[in-house]
Order: sequence, then C-alpha cells, then structure tokens
Amino acid sequence: MCVKHLGVDKSPTPQALCLCIDGASYRLCVAPNRVASPVVRSLRNLMLLPLLGLLGGCEASVLNPAGDMAVRERDLIIASTGLMLLIVLPVMLVTLLFAWRYRASNTTAKYDPDFHHSTQLEVLIWTAPLLIIIALGALTWISTHVLDPFRPLRRIDATRPVASEVRPLTIEVVALDWKWLFFYPDQGVAAVNELAVPVDRPINFKITSATVMTSFFVPSLAGQIYAMAGMETRLHAVANRPGDYDGFAAQYNGAGFSHMGFKVHGTSTKDFDAWIDKLKGVGKILDQEAYLDLAKPTESEPVHYYSSVQDGLYGKILNLCAKPGKMCMGEMMFIDANGGGGKDSEANYDRLKYDGAMTEEGNEAPGATFPASGRPPNTLAVQPQGMLPRTVAPQVNQQKKQHDDGQGHNMQGMPGMTGSDVAPAQLDKN
Amino acid sequence: MSHPTTGVVAGSDQDLQFYVAEEHGHAEGGTMLGFWIYLMSDCLIFAVLFACYGVYGRSYAAGPTPANLFDLGTVALNTSMLLLSSITYGFAMLSMEKNRIGATQLWLLVTGLFGVAFVGLELNEFVHLIHEGAGPQRSAFLSAFFTLVGTHGLHVSVGIIWLMTLMVQVAQRGLVPENKRRLMCLSMFWHFLDVVWIGVFSFVYLLSVLP
Amino acid sequence: MFSNLDLQKLIFGRLSLEAIPYHEPILLATFAGVGVGGAALLGALTYFRLWGYLWKEWFTSVDHKKIGIMYMVLALVMLLRGFADALMMRTQQSIAFGDNNGFLPPHHYDQVFTAHGVIMIFFMAMPFVTGLMNFVVPLQIGARDVAFPFLNNFSFWMTVGGAVTVMASLFVGEFARTGWLAFPPLSEAAYSPGVGVDYYIWSLQVAGIGTLLSGINLIATIVKMRAPGMTMMKMPVFCWTSLCTNVLIVASFPVLTAVLALLSLDRYVGTNFFTNDLGGNPMMYFNLIWVWGHPEVYILILPAFGIFSEVTSTFCGKRLFGYASMVYATVVITILSYLVWLHHFFTMGSGASVNSFFGITTMIISIPTGAKIFNWLFTMYRGRIRFELPMMWTVAFMFTFTIGGMTGVLLAVPPADFMLHNSLFLVAHFHNVIIGGVFFGVMAGISYWFPKAFGFKLDPFWGKMSFWFWVVGFYFAFMPLYVLGLMGVTRRLNHFDDPNLQIWFVTAAFGALLIAAGIGSFLMQLFVSVRNREALRDTTGDPWNGRTLEWSTSSPPPEYNFAFTPMIHDLDAWSDMKQRGYVRPVHGYRSIHMPKSTGAGVIIAGLCTVFGLAMIWYIWWLAALSLLGALVATIVHTFNYDRDFTIPDYEVVRVEDRRTRALLAKV
Repeated sequence: MCVKHLGVDKSPTPQALCLCIDGASYRLCVAPNRVASPVVRSLRNLMLLPLLGLLGGCEASVLNPAGDMAVRERDLIIASTGLMLLIVLPVMLVTLLFAWRYRASNTTAKYDPDFHHSTQLEVLIWTAPLLIIIALGALTWISTHVLDPFRPLRRIDATRPVASEVRPLTIEVVALDWKWLFFYPDQGVAAVNELAVPVDRPINFKITSATVMTSFFVPSLAGQIYAMAGMETRLHAVANRPGDYDGFAAQYNGAGFSHMGFKVHGTSTKDFDAWIDKLKGVGKILDQEAYLDLAKPTESEPVHYYSSVQDGLYGKILNLCAKPGKMCMGEMMFIDANGGGGKDSEANYDRLKYDGAMTEEGNEAPGATFPASGRPPNTLAVQPQGMLPRTVAPQVNQQKKQHDDGQGHNMQGMPGMTGSDVAPAQLDKN
Repeated sequence: MSHPTTGVVAGSDQDLQFYVAEEHGHAEGGTMLGFWIYLMSDCLIFAVLFACYGVYGRSYAAGPTPANLFDLGTVALNTSMLLLSSITYGFAMLSMEKNRIGATQLWLLVTGLFGVAFVGLELNEFVHLIHEGAGPQRSAFLSAFFTLVGTHGLHVSVGIIWLMTLMVQVAQRGLVPENKRRLMCLSMFWHFLDVVWIGVFSFVYLLSVLP
Repeated sequence: MFSNLDLQKLIFGRLSLEAIPYHEPILLATFAGVGVGGAALLGALTYFRLWGYLWKEWFTSVDHKKIGIMYMVLALVMLLRGFADALMMRTQQSIAFGDNNGFLPPHHYDQVFTAHGVIMIFFMAMPFVTGLMNFVVPLQIGARDVAFPFLNNFSFWMTVGGAVTVMASLFVGEFARTGWLAFPPLSEAAYSPGVGVDYYIWSLQVAGIGTLLSGINLIATIVKMRAPGMTMMKMPVFCWTSLCTNVLIVASFPVLTAVLALLSLDRYVGTNFFTNDLGGNPMMYFNLIWVWGHPEVYILILPAFGIFSEVTSTFCGKRLFGYASMVYATVVITILSYLVWLHHFFTMGSGASVNSFFGITTMIISIPTGAKIFNWLFTMYRGRIRFELPMMWTVAFMFTFTIGGMTGVLLAVPPADFMLHNSLFLVAHFHNVIIGGVFFGVMAGISYWFPKAFGFKLDPFWGKMSFWFWVVGFYFAFMPLYVLGLMGVTRRLNHFDDPNLQIWFVTAAFGALLIAAGIGSFLMQLFVSVRNREALRDTTGDPWNGRTLEWSTSSPPPEYNFAFTPMIHDLDAWSDMKQRGYVRPVHGYRSIHMPKSTGAGVIIAGLCTVFGLAMIWYIWWLAALSLLGALVATIVHTFNYDRDFTIPDYEVVRVEDRRTRALLAKV
C-alpha cells in the first residue's frame, strides 16, 4: 500500500520513507516538523498511537499533510480526539465491565434495586463532560480563529513566520461542470485541472463557481471551502514539502463529480517558474469565447493550459457575466443599492438569467428528460458530451483563437465596480 | 381484595386507589390545544417566509422596488377589511355564547364577505403587479413578496371555505357542542391570520416603502 | 385544434412511455420482481378474502395500536428498499476502480444514493419511531387512544403516500440526483429539469404533512390524556422523549414544508429563491433545510434514548438512575438542537466567530447526552441484568453510540470539519449514530414490545443471530469508512483511481453483507416466531417483569387498552402497583366510549398522493381534480358527527373474563 504513495510523492526523503513504514515511526518522523504545544503533543502521542497504527499512516492524506494549514488541522483533529478519549474510553470500558459484573447469573454482585439517585454521582456525570467540553470549546474558539481560511497566513510552518516582504501567490479558482479552471493573475496564465505551487510561499486562493455549488479541497494543503456562484470564498494555504497532491471537488455537484479531480504540484521556485514558462509557451488564449466553450459540461476533462488570459475574465466569471449580454452581479447590486431599476426595467430580466444559459444552448446539466429537453430520458446516446459514459474518450475543447470583441458588459463608469467587486461571502473577517 | 368500583386496595399500609371506574374523558380541551399547536406550526411557516422576505427584501434584481410598486392606499383599505372581519367574527362568537343562531350566522356572513373583499383586493393587486411586469419571477424580492402575501391570502381563502362549511353545519344542526368547538377553532385561525397580516402590513408594506 | 403532441401533453403532461426505464436491466428486473411479488401478494389477499378484513380491521382503523403496527410494517418494507440501495452502493464502490466502471453509471448511481438517504430517514427511521411512539405512548400513560384518532389514521396514510411516491420513481421516470437534501442550485430546474427532484419534493411534502399532524396529535395526547395521578415527573422516560420529539417535529417540520414549497415555486413558477439568477441565494436553502435537518436527527434519536431507558431499567430490575436528570437532559437537548444547524456547513465561510459559536453549541449537546449514557451505566450498576435481546441491543448501543458521539463532536470543531466535511468520515459518523443509536433502539424496542403487540415473544435464537450479524456487520461496514475519510476520500464518488483504497471498500461491502444477513435473520425471526407462536405465547401480559403501565394490561391489549383507567402514584407505575399488592379487578366493568373507524383518512391521503404524482408529471387537470377531491372529501368528512361508539359492558366483561381465565390458567 505504501509503494504508490512513495511513487507519487516526489520527496523520497528518509522522513517520507519512514512515514510509510508503520504508525510508530510515523510519529517519530514528523515530530520535528511539528507545531503543537507540548501538552497537545504528549496527549496525541499517548492517545492516538493505536489509531495511527491502525491507519498505517500511509496514504491518509488528512493525517499526513504537506502544508502548514493541513498540519495544524490534523493536529487539532488528533488533540480533540485525545481530549474526548479521556472520557470515552473509560465509559466504554465501564459499560463492558458493568454489563459483565452485574449479569443476572452473577449472584455474588450486589443487587440494590433502590439505588436510583445519588447527588454526588449526578454532579459528577454532568461536570465530567462539562469540563471536557470547556477545554474543547476553548480549543475550538482559538483554533477556528487561527485557522480561519479567510485569514492571511502568519507563518510558513511552526518555525518560520511569513516574512513581511513575501507576497503571497494569488490563484483564482473557478469550478465548472465538471473541471477546475485556475487563473494565475500575476503570471497571466491559466490551467485546467492542474495546479503548481512553489513550496513555502503562501498561496491566496480566491474561489468561485460558474455553475452549481461545490467544494474546493486539497487535503494535503488545507481544509476545504465551498465554491459558490456569484460569491468569492478565500483559502490561505502553503505547501511545505515538494510533491504531487490530489485535489478534487468535495461536494457532490452532478454526474461528472467523481472525475472532477486535479493534481497539485508542490515545486521549488525554480520548477514553478519553469512550469509557468511552459504554460506561456502553449500559445492558447483564454478569452471570453474560449471560456464559454470550456464552460460547457464535460467529464474527465484532460489537463490543458492557456498562455494568456483576457483581462478581467475572472472578474466576469465571478460576476456571472462572462456570457455576452449578461449583466454583472456587481452592477445589479449597485443598482439595487441605489434604489432599484424602476418599473421599466424588463430588459434586465433576461440579462440576469444566469442559470438557464446552458440549457438554452442544449448543453444541459444532468437530468434533462422529456419534455424539458425534448429528448427521451435515460438514453445515453443523445446525452450531451458531459453525460456520456466514461468509456467514451472525452474530447478536448476546441479552442478558438479569436479575441473577444468586447461584447461583454462594460463596467466602466460604475463607481466602485471593478471586476471582482462582489460582496464577500464572509461578513466577519477577523 | 380490591373493591371493584373504587379500586381501593384493602390491607396495604395505605388505602390507595389504583384505577378509576368512571369513564375518564377523551382529552377535554384537547382539540383546542391541538389546534393551538397547529397554529404555532403554521406560524413557523410564516416565520420562514418573513425571514425570506427579510433576506431577499432588497434584492430587486435591477428591477422595481416597493416604492415603485406598492399603493399604500389600497393596502390600507385591504388591512381595514381584515381587521373589521376580525371584529365581526368576535361578534359572531359573542352571539354564539348566547346561543343565538340567527345573529351568529349573520355575523359569520359579514365576516366572510369582508374576507372575500380582502382576498379580492389582494388578487387585484397581484394582477396589477404582474401586468406591470413585476411578477414573482422578476426578482428575489418579488418572489418573497408574492410568496409571503400569497400564502397569507391562501390561508384566508381556506378560512372562507371553512367558514362557509361551518355556516351550513350550524344551519343544519344548530349550535351543538361540536359546532361551537369548530367555531372556536376557526376563530383562533381567523385572528391568527389577522395578527400575521399586521406583521405583513408593517414589515412588508410600511417598512419597505419608507425611505 | 390540438396537434397530437399537444393533446398528449394535455392529458399526460410530461408522462410518456419513455418514462419507463425499460432499457435499464437492473430496474427492469426489479420491476419484474416487484410486479410478480406484488401480483402474488394481491392474488393471495384476494384468494383468502382478506381485503374486507384488512380494510375494516386495519386500513380504516383509528386504533393507535394497529396504526403503530402498520407504521412498523411500512418501515420494514422501506428498510428493505433502502438497504437494497445500500448494497448497490457498497458493491459499486468496491469494484469501480481503475478501468472498471462498476455496474452503475452516474445517472443511476446518483439516484441510488439520493434515494437511500431519503428512504432511510423519512420512510424507514421516521415510521419506525412514529410507529413505536404510536403504539406505546397511549398505553404507557394509561389512555384509551390518542387525542385525535382520525388524524392518526390520516397521518399514517400520508406517510404511506409519500413512500408510494418514492417507490413510483423507481419504475416511472427517475428519482432526484442531488443528494438527500437536494441542495440548490443543483436541484433547480436549470440543472435538474427532470422529474427526479419533483418526486423528491412531493414525496416529502405528502409525508411531511402526515408527520406534522402526528406530532401535534401525540403532544396533545401526552399533555391532555395522562391517567389521573401521572404528573409530568411521573411519566415514563419514553413518554418524555416522545413528547420532546414531537415538540421538535412540530417546531421543525413546518420549516421543511416551507423550504420545499419555496424550492417547488422556483421549479414550477420560476421564482428566484435559491437560483443564481435575479437576486436568488442558494445559501438560504442551506440554512433553512438544516434548521429542519438538525432537529430531525434528534427527532430520531430521542425516542431511541427513551427505549433504552425503559429497557435498561426493566432488564436491570431497577428504577432508572437519575430520572430527573434524564428528563432535564432530554429537554436541554431539545432546546439546543435548534442552535446548531450551521455546523452542517462550516465550509461555507461564515466567519470564524459564527463557526465557533455553532461549533461550541454543538459540543454542549454532548454534555446532556453524556449524562444520559452515565445514567444508563449507573442503572446497570448494582442491577441484575438479564441479557434478553432488548438489553443486548442496549449494551451494543452504549458502546457504539459513544464512538459516534465522539466523532460527532470532532466534526463540530470547525477546522477539523474543513478536513472531514463531505468525507466518508462524515458518512461513517452519521451511520454510527443512526444505526448504532436509532436503529439499535428500534430493534430493542421491537423485541421489547413485540410480545405486548402480538401476545407472543420473538424467537430468541434468530434474534441473537440478527443481533450479532448487525453489530459485527456494522463495525465491518463503517469503521473502514472512518479510515477512508481520514485518507481524504470524499463521499458520493462512483469511481476511484487509487487501487490502494479498494481493500477498505471491499471490507465495507463485506460488512454490508453481514448486515444483509442480520436483516435476513430478523425476517427469519419474525417467520419462526409466528410459526412457533404457541410455544412463545405470553398469557400474563407482563413477560419481562415490566415497570410501566403497558405491562398491566393483556397482550395484545384489548381495543380499549384498559377496562378501568389506572390511577398513578409513583414513577414506574406498574412496578409500584405490583409492589403494593395491586389485585386486578374482575367485575364492575362498564361500557366504554371509543372512536369509530373511518375510511376518510385513506381516501383523503390517497387523493393527496395522486395530486403529488400529477404535479410531478405536469398533468394539470388531474392535479386540479385530485386537489379539489381532497378538499371536498375533507369537507364531507366534517359533516360526519357520528364518530364515537360504545363498547357495551357485556362485551367488556367477555373480554376481561377471558383474560381472567388466562391468568388463572397460568397460575
């Protein structure tokens, strides 16, 4: 079971190696990397050894993370489990003990049918869980604030704070049916279903969806966060180890869900630059038209790259106005905040109909049956490409190299309206 | 030995009764309690709709706003219809207490007519709005508005059907205990709708039209 | 003039022959199986002339005991359907690796996991729990029936209507492919234009009305119809948990009704509540559905807690330890269950303070729950534990549920949830509490009260087989899912690339097979028990040396439950009566008022179901007609003032004398 993991993980350091030998050495190997307070550490070491041994520690990406956020979330899982085991294990043991000792056939055990109240015991059974929960509650409050995905990173790992001059790498993430589109705004490139991140540089993910809701999750780097249309969520993470990690959609979002995965390459800065150069060399442009083509539902979309990206495309996707003729959410919210569009605003209706866009063109989401689509139900032969069974090789989208002729809604002149200026999904930003 | 009618256990240290021989009632007041619980659950449906209106109330989708659409004069008239119907229902209940069938029926009829007027005015408003292109599909605000007000109107309509049914039943059987109980339930229902409407009027109409 | 298509659309809406999945072999085989089995059943019923009996004695009955039993039968049938879905999922996930796509395409697989969730929660767990409450509560409080017997019958048939709607989706059209809570925008018309989500909506709406009414009914029953002397703090714990459950039902199901109504408006009328369009907001749906959804899990688990309390105290031969704290714990759980809904979507990005608030409230629930576990433990302490089947389920529950509770609290820590949300760890967690808590409770309840309902005990051998298969199967089926979750494997996948995961899925599938054996053993247990009923017969009415009032009457109880209304002096009334030398009265019986059976419930619920089906298929004329029909039938029903009848005293004497003779024969 460990072989494959080693094969994928491009860091065959002794540390990674011993990770995969067994649970016990796992503890020893990762310990130097670790962050936790001595209390948490000893708790974990004491309580979690059996669990880790059980898991073999091998491919458990949640328990074997490669980034500081994920490491700390893993530590929190272990510490909370340890805290709870303090009360759970005794309860389980006592259950078995009492069940055995007071069995009817054991007449030597004391039988006291009137024992049904004891103030001391009652105080104890309420306070014991209470104490655990107070401890866990404090841990929760602190960790939730420290590990808030919206909060910029303060440290690279346990020993290194983020230097003030370090600029995080921004990656804009768009969930499509059923693939991921990643923009590198600073580098001006984009990739489908593949990410590369330089090791030890904070990454600032901005996440949205152009279709239904799903969840962006790279367990080795950090916890997941929803991708929602018309909204932008954030995730701050860092990779501490080079390697290839799995990322995927973690919230069911339709027929292509199972194959909406991607690889994350944690690389050195040099390799990262090389990767960017590779993208720049492919000569494909992601303009509005190419994007709309890409946005059509497809399953198991192969990795492909774009050497340049039309200005403000991510902002338009976020504002749901990448399709020509649609009004941007930002504009709508601006109009609403200023007293609405009045009675004679019927033209806005069609411009704000986002969801039906695919159905109208015949690129339907799953589930279309007669007569919604005019097609008989359940017949695979006439399903759109995204619905074809997996055995059919997915077609790569044909990219057209034409530039957008500026059909998109012009947002100039709208005060305060820049491309990505949508109300954040999060109100509480500490 | 126990005594069959009292169930007193003789010979135990206390004289305890373990059963009652008389028929023990089928939940006196149970209907009222049950109906009250139902009203509370209905209240929750309205709470959800109010919450939706609270969330969506300003999502005009670059379309018309309450200030563009609502005519407070009509709404005030509408409101007075419903408030008056509550008063006349009260009169009907007073007559019922005095066992005066004719007066009860008359007040019920008046209540029903007010109710019909209310629903009529509301439908008129809806038709007018839809005609102006401000139907429930136009924006989330209008979806929430139509659903909240429409659900209330649907309740009033059901109340009117119920009221007509009861009028027939009172005509058939008079003010028998069952009918009195039913009139009491409808009374609770009717006043409940009145209270909800006061919420709708102030929260939806007044507050949204105010600048 | 209509063209053919117009006419067809007018009459059949969007229903056409295409809707029958004749090109899907699995469905077709199932269809054939159900068809043949159904025809055989109907034929047998006709051959043995059982229709009249069933209609008169069961379908139209307003007797809470019969309705309770019918709920249990419904739940058992739906358990088989839901479990068939589970087996299909386990099989798919254990073979679909690499080049092997398994046997279920996404189109089918996605329906299967949606249907599994919906059926198991709404049509398996809910009817089991409602059935037990219906059967037991009036008996435990010394009442002759529930407060609204007709509504009780109607509620049951509405639940059946919902179940029929779900089952219909298997053979006509399709079920939702959205997951069991049908989150928008995926469930909106733009992304799911088929009938699946409509099936989902209408089955839940129809069943939901039934559940709500039954909740109102049981609250009124418990509050108003307790026997004289039974103050709230002398009520059996099962009645307390039932009361709290029904309060939760009444306070949460309207939210479900409302949110599903809003979703259907979006789909049918084109409103914009949960769309991405025109100012709509899918996040609102998440909030609203979980405002219902979280209390729902307590609706299921609280009665199970009640069952365990009754069972523990009976089989330990002791009063329940800490009755008062048990009651307070239940009430605290009831209230807190409304303050935790957001923990189902920490990952939406509500902000650290909001997330930690809901995380901590969730953890606080574990305090009263923990107190309950301790109460059962100390009931066992210094007891004389008879390990009959109900008690075995209880010990298995205490052991298993503790694990589920622990993983639940872990998921309530937001940063931990970021890692474990939507993963198989989560799936393992809620199966851990629903199987290990609710289902074990239901099984304990069935084996505990079965002799009360039918007058003979269940066969212990097959019961133990079922028990061990279930418990061991559970651990095999779900412990691997915890492991997979910690490996970062997400739920609802129908294909995997990493072959290293396969061993865990195969183990889980093996566990599912063990559980299948457990279900088989349970059915075998029912069969064997009916066959050997004379050997298993209990004539005392009190086979377990019970402590609460239901054991004071005969098994099965007479139609009127108690010839004389009992009078209560202490907790565990029956135990108290036995201790104080109560002697059963043998004469002085009087006539008894009882509610009459009526077919109105079947008819109205049937029309509501037809309405739902017509709405699903856009057959507008039929929808209008059935809705009107339901309204008219309801009004007509209100014109029936003659709802009671009297059981004459000689009939009561006849029934009670028979019991007297049976009791004497036993001695």
